[in-house]
Amino acid sequence: MIKLVNVTKIFDTKEGSVTAADHVNLEIKDGEIFGIIGFSGAGKSTLVRCLNLLEKPSEGEVWFDDLNLTKASDKELREARRSIGMIFQQFNLLSQRNVIDNICYPLEIAGVDKKTAKEKARKLLEIVELSDRERAYPAQLSGGQKQRVAIARSLATDPKVLLCDEATSALDPLTTRNILALLKEINEKLGVTIVVITHEMRVVEQICDRVAVMSDGVVKECGTVSEIFQNPRSETARKLVLPERGDSVRTPTRDFIRIVFDGQSSYEPVLAQLILHTGLELNILGAGTEDIGGAAYGQLLIGKPDDEAQVEQIRSFLESKGVSAEVVSVSEGGSNG
Amino acid sequence: MDEKLIELLLGGVGETFYMVIVSTLSAYILGIPLGVLVYVTGEGGIRQNRPVNVILSLIINIVRSVPFLILLVAILPFTRFVVGTTIGSTASIVPLVVAAAPFVARMVESSLKEVDLGVIEAAKAMGSTDWQIISKVLLPEAGPSLLLGMTIAFATILGYSAMAGFVGGGGLGAIAVNYGYYRYQTKVMMITVALLVIIVQIFQEGGIKLVNRIDRRMKN
Repeated sequence: MIKLVNVTKIFDTKEGSVTAADHVNLEIKDGEIFGIIGFSGAGKSTLVRCLNLLEKPSEGEVWFDDLNLTKASDKELREARRSIGMIFQQFNLLSQRNVIDNICYPLEIAGVDKKTAKEKARKLLEIVELSDRERAYPAQLSGGQKQRVAIARSLATDPKVLLCDEATSALDPLTTRNILALLKEINEKLGVTIVVITHEMRVVEQICDRVAVMSDGVVKECGTVSEIFQNPRSETARKLVLPERGDSVRTPTRDFIRIVFDGQSSYEPVLAQLILHTGLELNILGAGTEDIGGAAYGQLLIGKPDDEAQVEQIRSFLESKGVSAEVVSVSEGGSNG
Repeated sequence: MDEKLIELLLGGVGETFYMVIVSTLSAYILGIPLGVLVYVTGEGGIRQNRPVNVILSLIINIVRSVPFLILLVAILPFTRFVVGTTIGSTASIVPLVVAAAPFVARMVESSLKEVDLGVIEAAKAMGSTDWQIISKVLLPEAGPSLLLGMTIAFATILGYSAMAGFVGGGGLGAIAVNYGYYRYQTKVMMITVALLVIIVQIFQEGGIKLVNRIDRRMKN
């Protein structure tokens, strides 16, 4: 669907050149939800703008199906962009147009007649559950509602791909969850491939199939979400996955076991069972879990017993429950925090 | 106050409206494309082009730097060429437009600069042509600000039109000069000035009210 080959983007600034993307190779598959995660300044926003050529790569190629976007004519590029929807952190709605006219904009510029455009826009408003706000102006809407309008607008031209640039970063946690659920629904029902740029691991956890971890313009690792979440290899991934100082969960100062919940049933009291089963007195050092639609996501840090046999006991019990765990010794994993 | 004076003043008001309204509209007909051109060729614009931008900017700055009275006299041959005469209200319109168009272009440019760059980026991402971005995004989004700028341009052009009265222009300015200044009729002078104040007031306040009505960025 989308393929990046050696994409490099260098910005020339007064202080010298900055490499925002450094020989990035990625392939986004048809129908998946692909995440690109990294801390701010990692180059993810630049990279996503290279996908629809809002930024022209200094080097490398961007392929959209069989079209090489980096070599496409202006006209070909504009047509391709109609198949690549995009939503933004700041929504970017036309402030002087009401909701329905905002959604009609992409149809209008594509030459669709007014009546057909309005009908289409109304259908999309139903999907994003905003039919009652058709005549409202963006200033009269909440952040979540604005993002819903932006999503409807991006879907107006029936795109194959939807690019989401920090689409939930300006929203509160509950609204974030609802918007992510909507994106997931769009992916499943309409078959739209989605690319999500974020700095929040929980966004990736909730909806992504695969994820690329970025830092300093380089893709450090790329794999399924559970692979990265359970076994982060790069330092950046570890920092993103492991709780940081100042977060709700702090990295403990002594060795601990990290138990990862990756969509297992939240109705099952795993920790209580673990304690009852092993008979060990376990000490919770930190926890950050979320219940998303009956599935548990997040992690739990418990103190590592000194006895290796007990560690093994814990590990095998968790394995039987389908929950992964890893032992983190602070001396080696001290890069966090 | 005798009937003759009232008639004179009413005629003056009419002429002033004619000059200022026609000049403002003409200045916008020239100033909007010029302002858009300066904006889109500017740094980070959708058609960035440094040479064009620098040259346009220079022309605008030069015309804007020339004091209006000097410009008025300097372009008299041009005025005669365009309208066939150098006296009266219609003749005043030519220098008014020449002086106001670059000023309007700057106002348009600054209104366009207020448009959120994210919205332009979104329009690009949706596959808009540059012309669609200008006509369907930039200008409508800047609409209220452009209208507010227009009320400012109107007041400025009104001031210029009064100056044109000194060199044979028409309208209230000419009355103030001919009766108030040359014939020492202080009363006429006072009335014309008061009328000018009232006109500016009406257009400025009316403009602001209209802007508030049409601007969708405010919650109402």
